Amino acid sequence: MSSAIAIETRRALKEYGTGSHAVRALDGVCVRIDKGEFFTLLGPSGCGKTTLLRLIAGFETPTSGQILLHGKNITTVPPNLRPVNTVFQSYALFPHLTVADNIAFSLRMLGRSRSDVLQTVERMLSLVRLESFASRKPQQLSGGQQQRVALARALAPEPKVLLLDEPLSALDLKLRKEMQRELKRLQTETGITFIFVTHDQEEALTMSDRIAVMRSGKILQVGAPREIYNHPVDRFVADFIGETNFLSGRVEGDKIRLSSGELVAAETEGHSGSVTLAVRPEQVGICPAGTSDSLTAEIVDTVYFGTDTHCHLSLADETELVARLQSPPSGNIGLSRGEKVGIKFNPGAVQVLNE
Amino acid sequence: MSSAAEIAAERKERRRSWLLSAPALFVLLFAASGPLLIILVYSFLPPGKYGNVEWGFSLDAWVGILYSRDIFDGTYKLADAHLTIFWRSLKLSLYTTLFTFLVGFPTAWFIATRSAQMRAVLLFLITIPFWTNLLVRTFAINQLIRNEGVVNTFLIWTGVIDTPIQIVYTDFAVFLGMTYVYLPLMVLPLYATIDRFDMRLLEAGCDLYASRWQVLRHVIVPVVKPGIIAGSILVFIPSLGAYVTPRILGGGRNMMIGNFIDLQFGAGRNWPLGAALSVTLLLAVAVALFVYVRYATRDDNRV
Amino acid sequence: MTIVSDRAFSVSRLPGFATIAVTVLVMLYLPIVLLVLFAFNAGPSPAIWEGFSLHWFPRAWANEQVKEATIRSLVIATSAAIISTSVAVLAALGTTRRRKSPGQTFVYLMINQPLMVPEIVTAVALLILFGFIKVATGYQGLGYLILAHSAFCIPFAYLPIRARLEGMDITLEIAAADLYATPWQAFRHVTLPMLMPAVAAGFMLAFITSLDDVIISLFVKSAGQDTLPTYMLGQIRRNMTVEVNAISTLLIGLTVILLTAFFLLTRERNRPQK
Ligand SMILES: Nc1ncnc2c1ncn2[C@@H]1O[C@H](COP(=O)(O)OP(=O)(O)O)[C@@H](O)[C@H]1O
Ligand SMILES: [Mg+2]
Repeated sequence: MSSAIAIETRRALKEYGTGSHAVRALDGVCVRIDKGEFFTLLGPSGCGKTTLLRLIAGFETPTSGQILLHGKNITTVPPNLRPVNTVFQSYALFPHLTVADNIAFSLRMLGRSRSDVLQTVERMLSLVRLESFASRKPQQLSGGQQQRVALARALAPEPKVLLLDEPLSALDLKLRKEMQRELKRLQTETGITFIFVTHDQEEALTMSDRIAVMRSGKILQVGAPREIYNHPVDRFVADFIGETNFLSGRVEGDKIRLSSGELVAAETEGHSGSVTLAVRPEQVGICPAGTSDSLTAEIVDTVYFGTDTHCHLSLADETELVARLQSPPSGNIGLSRGEKVGIKFNPGAVQVLNE
Repeated sequence: MSSAAEIAAERKERRRSWLLSAPALFVLLFAASGPLLIILVYSFLPPGKYGNVEWGFSLDAWVGILYSRDIFDGTYKLADAHLTIFWRSLKLSLYTTLFTFLVGFPTAWFIATRSAQMRAVLLFLITIPFWTNLLVRTFAINQLIRNEGVVNTFLIWTGVIDTPIQIVYTDFAVFLGMTYVYLPLMVLPLYATIDRFDMRLLEAGCDLYASRWQVLRHVIVPVVKPGIIAGSILVFIPSLGAYVTPRILGGGRNMMIGNFIDLQFGAGRNWPLGAALSVTLLLAVAVALFVYVRYATRDDNRV
Repeated sequence: MTIVSDRAFSVSRLPGFATIAVTVLVMLYLPIVLLVLFAFNAGPSPAIWEGFSLHWFPRAWANEQVKEATIRSLVIATSAAIISTSVAVLAALGTTRRRKSPGQTFVYLMINQPLMVPEIVTAVALLILFGFIKVATGYQGLGYLILAHSAFCIPFAYLPIRARLEGMDITLEIAAADLYATPWQAFRHVTLPMLMPAVAAGFMLAFITSLDDVIISLFVKSAGQDTLPTYMLGQIRRNMTVEVNAISTLLIGLTVILLTAFFLLTRERNRPQK
């Protein structure tokens, strides 16, 4: 069913440079992005996110592999013939043109009629709430306003796919939160497929319909935010998306024996031998020492964060662990350094990862 | 590994680059670089009776640079007149370079240490004479120092002297004129390097017990050396090939090599000698440039 | 202006430097100021002041030779500036923002060659070459002067354009392509408008350079083709009159106007980029 797919990449491989100097920026990426989806590419700096976007935009051609747009192979189509637009990280607003002329640029290039151009520009200006700035030059706008002009300019020709390369990274925290909501609203209102690049996991989790986690030119996992957060496929994904405690152990039937010698319950199906367990800090509960089915731990340190408290713990074999507590634990536990406590993992919170 | 498409794109890019440069290259080849080859050819031809050349091969022009042939017994001896001209060219160019540096460095330093606004104004003041017609500037100097000029008229009027001091038509006048017209060429590159100079180095120098002169000698000069070299080359090369300034301020007698070349194509009627002299001048400039490039691209001189 | 005072200690102040600098600036302007001043002299001497008068300007213009030389100089400078700027724009587009290659270094050397070769050498070379062509074709017109001027003006037109191109954000042209501009449209609507100040600046520098030239004009011109500078050089042989001061003053004025415009144009370029 290719009709629901906006973008598909088939073993997209990109190398920069030649011979022994070649850098493999993308290593055979296969991904399908649905129409109308808010899709996020997430990964550390240098993992190939920008390269993948540039291949989709047509600024680069893949060394091998294919790019399909709505089922059509566009691998070698130049950018000016692709119904795909980009919001550049540096905005790339034309300094010699006014805001309105920037937004009108693509429409004029496409030879749209004068009235059509006027109407669309007007519509775009109100979409990004910049009606009163039409005749300003980009350099007379604040960072957030420039950002919105860049968005309006890219949306004006109603592309099939909008590409956004870390569009919010130049903004301060408060403005960034505001623009995150704004972007989400624009995507819902226009129904255009957004491919959004970020290295900020929180941004990815709050905005996306689906996330692809990338590392060294490869996609490790694709899924909805909740799925990726709760069921990371490997240690890298688990670590990159939010904080995680890692514990090592061995599968013993339907339980796992930790290196500390204690047993914990987990979904062990399909796993055997040595494994790594991943547990989110907020899934770790603290109870009085000796409570049944709890692990024994010693409090190393507690750090108060306002809304919650981070409790650093150490198991019998000195394995370190963090618990994030929303409220003080019940019972008379003082959370002071050196105190012995019991810890419990919430049911279903323990993820088993193969070594 | 790069795909065939990438190689083709690269080739297309290179062709586009050449096509775009072609018109400029054509104009330059036809009216600047190409003709230099003719000069080289001409230096190996015998002179014509009434100027120009005859067709044939002759080394006379090259020999004639340094030696003159006795008309009566055909023996060769060193051409003193020529040597005097070469020596004057070299000497005046070196003096000019040295003196423009001595006054240009403090000027550049002074400008670079002003406030940003003042700096822009002073820089503009240096740039105006630089772009003002060289002939006009030489005239200006001439009107100042000639016998009926402002200085002499003023001195006679105040009774300090009775007869005008002969300044114009001396080597000194040529030196003065060249210093005047080429000074901005020294100040501008010096300014550019001093402007990038990290003034904290001075504080470090003073902090480590260096006196002002020791700081100048051991901190400033070594760091701004690339600017000093660039300025010196920019002054030395045009000085060596100067024509207008020595012609106006040196008169007919105090010729430099540029005027000597001109003479061969005019009254001297020895085009091959003029051509050989031109090639020699070109080589001298090339050597100066070579030394400069060698120095400028040595790694330890990068700032 | 007081030069040295007992100011607070400043590491960047070196003793005597301020005095030298101010003297240099004064000496740089004194001859020019005097030259301009005497252009307004009522008397016939460029050294003895006899009162203020403007009569040397109309008098210079009434001189048929001056008038012809002025017009000729302006025609040559305009043509040479147009030609050199056009080819310099193309060459700058062909040589910037790409991987370095031996070919590119060659082009760069060629373009800057007129800055390195002494003018007298180029002048005699052109005398010989154009001499052949004049004999062969019989054409004696201004074409030779225009061509020669175009060649040595190229580096002056090229440098500001190249500098501007290199400082220009290539993302803007990529953005244009992303917004459906063909390569030609991207050049026409993005690159060229942003390049315009530098093109104008290059044109002005080329114009000034052509207008100032003496040596090459002297050797290339045919009989009766004096430019303003070669006419003025000819006058030095005769008894100098204030006419030369008047012409010089106009040339200086023109230079100052063009340079001011140049500075304003190139300063503008720093604004759009952050
Ligand atoms: N033009 C280029 N030339 C050479 N290497 C490049 C180029 N662009 C990107 N790379 C390399 O490709 C890899 C992926 O880069 P990029 O896609 O920009 O990563 P990201 O956007 O995820 O930070 C990096 O190792 C980077 O150094
Ligand atoms: Mg990136």
